[in-house]
Amino acid sequence: MLYRETGQFKTSYKKDMAIFPIRQDRWALIATLIFVVVGVPLLATEHVIAGYLIPLLIWAIAAIGLNILTGYTGQLSLGHGAFMAVGAYSAYNLAARVPEIPIILVFLLAGLIAAIFGVLVGSPSLRIKGFYLAVATLAAQFFVEWVFATFPWFVGGAASMVIDTPKMTIFGYQITTTLDNYYLVLGFVVVGTLYAKNLVRSEIGRAWMAIRDMDVAAEVIGIRPLYTKLSAFAVSSFYGGVAGALYAFCYVKSVDFTAFDLFVSLKVLFMIIIGGMGSILGCFLGAAFIVVLPIILNEIAHLFAGQIPSAMLSNIEHMIFGGLIIFFLIVEPHGLARLWMTAKEKLRLWPFPH
Amino acid sequence: MATEHQSETLLKVDAISLSFGGVHALVDVSFDIQKGEIFSIIGPNGAGKSSMLNVINGVYQPTQGTITYKGEVRQGMRPHEAAVQGIARTFQNVALFKGMNTIDNLMTGRNLKMKSNLLMQGFYWGPAQNEEIVHRQAVENIIDFLEIQSIRKTPVGRLPYGLQKRVELGRALAAEPTLLLLDEPMAGMNLEEKENTCRFILDVNEELGTTIVLIEHDMSVVMDISDRVIVLDYGRKISEGAPDTVRNDQKVIDAYLGVAH
Amino acid sequence: MPVELAFAIEVLIAGLLSGVMYSLVALGFVLIFKASGVFNFAQGAMVLFAALTFVRILEMGVNFWLAIAIALAVMILLAVIIERVMLRPLVAQPVIILFMATIGLNYFLEGLAQGIWDSQVHGLDIGIPDVPWMSILESTNILISLFDVWTAVICGVLVLFLAFFFQKGRIGRALRAVADDNQAAMSVGIPLQLIWAIVWAAAGMVALVAGAIWGQRLGVQFSISLVALKALPVLILGGFNSIAGAIIGGLIIGASEKLAEVYLGPIIGGGIESWAAYFIAMLFLIVRPQGLFGEKIIERV
Repeated sequence: MLYRETGQFKTSYKKDMAIFPIRQDRWALIATLIFVVVGVPLLATEHVIAGYLIPLLIWAIAAIGLNILTGYTGQLSLGHGAFMAVGAYSAYNLAARVPEIPIILVFLLAGLIAAIFGVLVGSPSLRIKGFYLAVATLAAQFFVEWVFATFPWFVGGAASMVIDTPKMTIFGYQITTTLDNYYLVLGFVVVGTLYAKNLVRSEIGRAWMAIRDMDVAAEVIGIRPLYTKLSAFAVSSFYGGVAGALYAFCYVKSVDFTAFDLFVSLKVLFMIIIGGMGSILGCFLGAAFIVVLPIILNEIAHLFAGQIPSAMLSNIEHMIFGGLIIFFLIVEPHGLARLWMTAKEKLRLWPFPH
Repeated sequence: MATEHQSETLLKVDAISLSFGGVHALVDVSFDIQKGEIFSIIGPNGAGKSSMLNVINGVYQPTQGTITYKGEVRQGMRPHEAAVQGIARTFQNVALFKGMNTIDNLMTGRNLKMKSNLLMQGFYWGPAQNEEIVHRQAVENIIDFLEIQSIRKTPVGRLPYGLQKRVELGRALAAEPTLLLLDEPMAGMNLEEKENTCRFILDVNEELGTTIVLIEHDMSVVMDISDRVIVLDYGRKISEGAPDTVRNDQKVIDAYLGVAH
Repeated sequence: MPVELAFAIEVLIAGLLSGVMYSLVALGFVLIFKASGVFNFAQGAMVLFAALTFVRILEMGVNFWLAIAIALAVMILLAVIIERVMLRPLVAQPVIILFMATIGLNYFLEGLAQGIWDSQVHGLDIGIPDVPWMSILESTNILISLFDVWTAVICGVLVLFLAFFFQKGRIGRALRAVADDNQAAMSVGIPLQLIWAIVWAAAGMVALVAGAIWGQRLGVQFSISLVALKALPVLILGGFNSIAGAIIGGLIIGASEKLAEVYLGPIIGGGIESWAAYFIAMLFLIVRPQGLFGEKIIERV
């Protein structure tokens, strides 16, 4: 009843091609926006915002990046952590060495540097495909980890190889509180999400999906394979880079190469698998799942605190995590976003499903 | 023989050979395709028909021989360059983009004509939006022409085979090709669907002046709609000419029709 | 023999010997890839699981050979369970889904291994002394560890056995049929499930040997699960689906990695072994995308 398109006639292609053509979707989106801008600061504690919401949003940006490459373009990547690392270290060096650059621009430039790196990593993608490419991205992952672990120049010479990020100011306003950080991240998320959503429904998005679905046919229809793949690598690592920079500046407040290791790459991959490959909404669902799951496991663990040693708890956490992934893949290989779509389709017809 | 008055050669295939390892898919094949004609390639399974199309639009590079298109000899042309030059095609096994709906599949056919850059597309601003709408209009015309309005927004993976073939034809048409290569567009169709497809092909040929190269197994279709036919057998051309000439060629009857009928 | 030359030969031989080890781990990947088209990310966790199982049984005072037999039985059981619970329901899914499932399996096995046993470092002595080969050292001035030689022999024998087992005979033929097209193989009556269970069991056996040998070197602990990642460049070099490629690729990677580490490492900052092998493999890949022995795939449209 509530979710129905009856009476919403689209009288022009412009209307039919709007980003959210269904009225209820637009309302839901506006309501969500109001909620995250106004409601969250009123309702959520600082601990929740700093500990869960900020990372959730940052992971969502990272996941959008990987989803563009893997979900939309079909190029499997195990090196997303490397792109995030390049973004984080670029942002740190830009901000620390050239303090005149406005911080927003720093993040964007960090994304651009990550994008250039991404294009380099992706350049063999014309010749190598599938798991070969995945292992190539893995090479990039190890190489980047090694570079940032070996050369102290990247952390301003700090011997510990870890350094705090400098203070951020926007138009003279200092970003200090948790809420400041939250709004900064939120700003990037909103713009980044709309941008990605537009890309995937435009010419370039169709080219990406065409390459994913059948690359020979795509080339025959006139899609340049190299340009299309490299543009996906560029956009993907741009998002990764910005996410890495935000992660360092707004969440952990330090730059540390161990924060972007192989398991971070895998984590982001999980987000898009669980959320849904080829779905922007799925990136948020997947990020939420990955952020919330440990919390739930932790809560359950608290019930047994004292009875089970903590090392054992962490092992059980691993097992449940891995087990859930497999379970999810078996039950719904297309991810949470598909469940959501199916529910919506049912709702459109409800209560007369036939 | 070919239409005698003011025929203009669009594509000249000259002594093309193609081999994979030791397998000779095509051996010394030559023919001309005139502008505006419907040209059919027939032959038994494995005769090298699809390979011929793959050579024409650059999916395979010939081992020997040259291809002259629009008066220019092509060297090592890639498929997307062929597309830029106005060659579109459909595939023997439907090669649609399964994760996308009908409109988006057809829109990929317009990709070549779209000029907005990444930045404009991401913000969906002014020119980018207008461009999308202009091309959507063109795609809607093709949807009307092929009578597939009702499946506009259906993911193509869910469509029955016949409709998938029609969408694939639509995708090729969306590129507004000069030369359209159709690889068994009617395979697996029932009579009504075949008739429809024939009508679409003839309409495209007559109204848009598109030159068509057709591979088809249904002889009655080939004989009905083709201007000229060549016959391949084991990678070699064994006959060429008007449908009637080919039909009565003893070599063809031996190699192909004799077996089929 | 001049000292520099002796040293260079020493490095080369050490590299080749450790390369045999890479071949063995790579073979574990190749078998699973051939049978299911999946890159098994959990191979490392399987090494950890096998090694921990083995060392803990040994620590209970069980006889060495019996402990190996028990650990092997556990790995076979594990393969059967993996096939039943994880692979069978995913049989019709795209390979990327199966790949993701192996990452889930990786987490699960890491938790399971350390949950059942523990996460301490366990010393392991498989009875091969880690001493120089004296007669060689005396006659040619080249220092080669007997341990390296013995492990290379063990791995070599195992590699040859597996290669033979999966190349010839009924199992080999079935495996190749499955590798070619698993739907078609199933339709002519080849039991896909059985083949999968067999290759996973073989991968488990490989994991056990790798875990035992590396376990003596590094101690049995979490970090030996990362050993499997070192075999990935071998796959790039040799091709994901070539048994011969895994063998030759392992030798090449082993040797060039050691040489690069010794001669190039000091120049550019050390610790390059984490990626040098990848780099070598990548360079190679640009020239020959299908790997050393991989077949060039002609795309049919």
